[in-house]
Amino acid sequence: MTERVPAVRIAGITKRFGDVTAVDDIDLEIGDGEFFALLGPSGCGKTTTLRMIAGLDFPTMGSLKIFGDEVGTLPPNKRPVNTVFQAYALFPHMNVADNIAFGLKMQKVDRLERDRRVAEAVGLVQLGGMEGRRPNQLSGGQQQRVALARALVNRPKVLLLDEPLGALDLKLRQEMQLELKALQREVGITFVFVTHDQEEALTMSDRIAVMHEGRLLQTGAPEDIYQRPSNRFVADFIGRTNLLEGTVASAGEVVLSNGMRVQAASEHAFGAKVAVSLRPEQAFLHRRGGAPGGWPSIDGVLREVTYVGNALVHSVAVDWITIEVRAPHRSTETPLQVGDDVSVSWAPGGVTVVGD
Amino acid sequence: MTLAAAPPEEAAAGAATPEFERAAARAESRRGFLIAGPAYLYLVVFFAVPLGIVFAYSFADRNRFGEAVFTDPGFDAYRRLAEPIVRDILFRSLWLALLTTGICLLIGYPFSYFLTTRSPRARNILLVFVMIPFWSNFLVRNYAWRVILGKDGIISRIADFLGLGEAEILFTPSAVVLGLVYGFLPFMILPLYASIERIESSLIEAGRDLYASGWQSFRRILFPLSKPGVIAGSILVFVPSLGAYVTPEILGGAKTTLLGSYIVTQFLTARNWPVGASLSFVLMAVMLVATIVYFRAGGRNL
Repeated sequence: MTERVPAVRIAGITKRFGDVTAVDDIDLEIGDGEFFALLGPSGCGKTTTLRMIAGLDFPTMGSLKIFGDEVGTLPPNKRPVNTVFQAYALFPHMNVADNIAFGLKMQKVDRLERDRRVAEAVGLVQLGGMEGRRPNQLSGGQQQRVALARALVNRPKVLLLDEPLGALDLKLRQEMQLELKALQREVGITFVFVTHDQEEALTMSDRIAVMHEGRLLQTGAPEDIYQRPSNRFVADFIGRTNLLEGTVASAGEVVLSNGMRVQAASEHAFGAKVAVSLRPEQAFLHRRGGAPGGWPSIDGVLREVTYVGNALVHSVAVDWITIEVRAPHRSTETPLQVGDDVSVSWAPGGVTVVGD
Repeated sequence: MTLAAAPPEEAAAGAATPEFERAAARAESRRGFLIAGPAYLYLVVFFAVPLGIVFAYSFADRNRFGEAVFTDPGFDAYRRLAEPIVRDILFRSLWLALLTTGICLLIGYPFSYFLTTRSPRARNILLVFVMIPFWSNFLVRNYAWRVILGKDGIISRIADFLGLGEAEILFTPSAVVLGLVYGFLPFMILPLYASIERIESSLIEAGRDLYASGWQSFRRILFPLSKPGVIAGSILVFVPSLGAYVTPEILGGAKTTLLGSYIVTQFLTARNWPVGASLSFVLMAVMLVATIVYFRAGGRNL
């Protein structure tokens, strides 16, 4: 992949709206054929970044290339990209077929070719028989498919999706996640999508860029980002985690705020304020003193047990914070009771150190 | 709806039945009629009845003393409308009303669109500017134009200063159209703005994203979606322009008699009530037909 020209190359892009800096000097490369997620809380600049790739907003400075061509100042109709809009933005005065054919009409694709490609796109998103319907006669999921077909029919070099599943209910959203992924494999086009849902980003993407307050914090494969978050924000935003505050004592050791020493490799300088990130599912719960030998452990009191279907979430109060421990529900063990004295432990190396 | 599903107190009062539902619907419509009653009454007494009287007079004859008499009711008055002088006035009025509507649309559309791109605060201020002229008397405003357009008016002086000679606008059809556009432009802008404002900006962006140029996205997306506003605005400008009386009287010359003036003349000067009445009805018919045709034409794509 390194040999090929990246589908999108963003270099030093900044976008300001008046006094507000929406996107702050980001660099990003998206490979050809990647399913790429821009992830972050609302207002982090992810949508602005997507809109700049689409040409709906223009960067204040920086360079934006699509397959090697500088496009930063081109209007949207001159770019080889198409967008699936957040609320789909289907044309209410046109039926499904006309919506899908719109881009081809504007590009003056002749009628025969147009009809053929529209039919193909309709088949691709399984909307056969719906061609004559108006958008307001379709369900949310069907509208979503029309929006996809309307963009894909143009065979863009990059497909941009702005919170594509945000308007759907949970069940449908999960179905569409898999469908979108399958669709992307089928058409082989680079997909760049924006989401604030970390689970969605982890499920669907090949790579994720985590953004916060206009800055790009970390880019990497889902496992990288989840297992090796580069800082406190990423660790906390991607999945749930327990952040144990501390100070770096040496290259392989962090002293927590209660004085406990934890073995954890980090590249942070000696004396740096850091946090040790312990994922709830990588933490184990025992009766006080029952932790396996050689495993680090912290003593606490079980405060709450929440049944979440496939697991039990335990809240354990240790002397300065509450630690969350997620454990599969086992009926054979004698269950721990709220108020019991317990220990939370983890396998050596089962934690990560994150800085600010 | 089953009895078991009804709350206890309702069940005691009696089960819901189709008869009960119908009675409830009737009661609802009775209440609606009562609320609308005063308005109905007002319209019947002060609009429908006088209109009926005018309609009756349009079939009357005029005696030697200029009185309308019903000795031999018929279509004589309507036949007089086919005379060249009346026909010319009708066509001239239609043409000026169409021109006024067209110019209002050309000026009003870009302005309405511009409004929707402003911040809500700026929009409200600009909308107030649109409506400010309404705060002063219509007659006064028309006389103001007479001053502006007159021989010693600012337009004439500027033209003179530029060596273009004396501009003669006052008492021409141009002055009438100018006055009508000025008077009725807000009626075009307000419905247009209301309808453009409702269009999601993402639809225009989607058009641009799908390779439409700025012009194409206007023609294919913005304009079709704003048609309700275009239609409402056009009717609100066309109808009063066609029957306009004050503006043509003040700004138009003797050569540009329009329908409104002609009808007034028939009633007050020529003492020919039947012709005035019949012309009023023809005018109403034209407006009604134009409105229906326009709504139908636009309705297909709405």
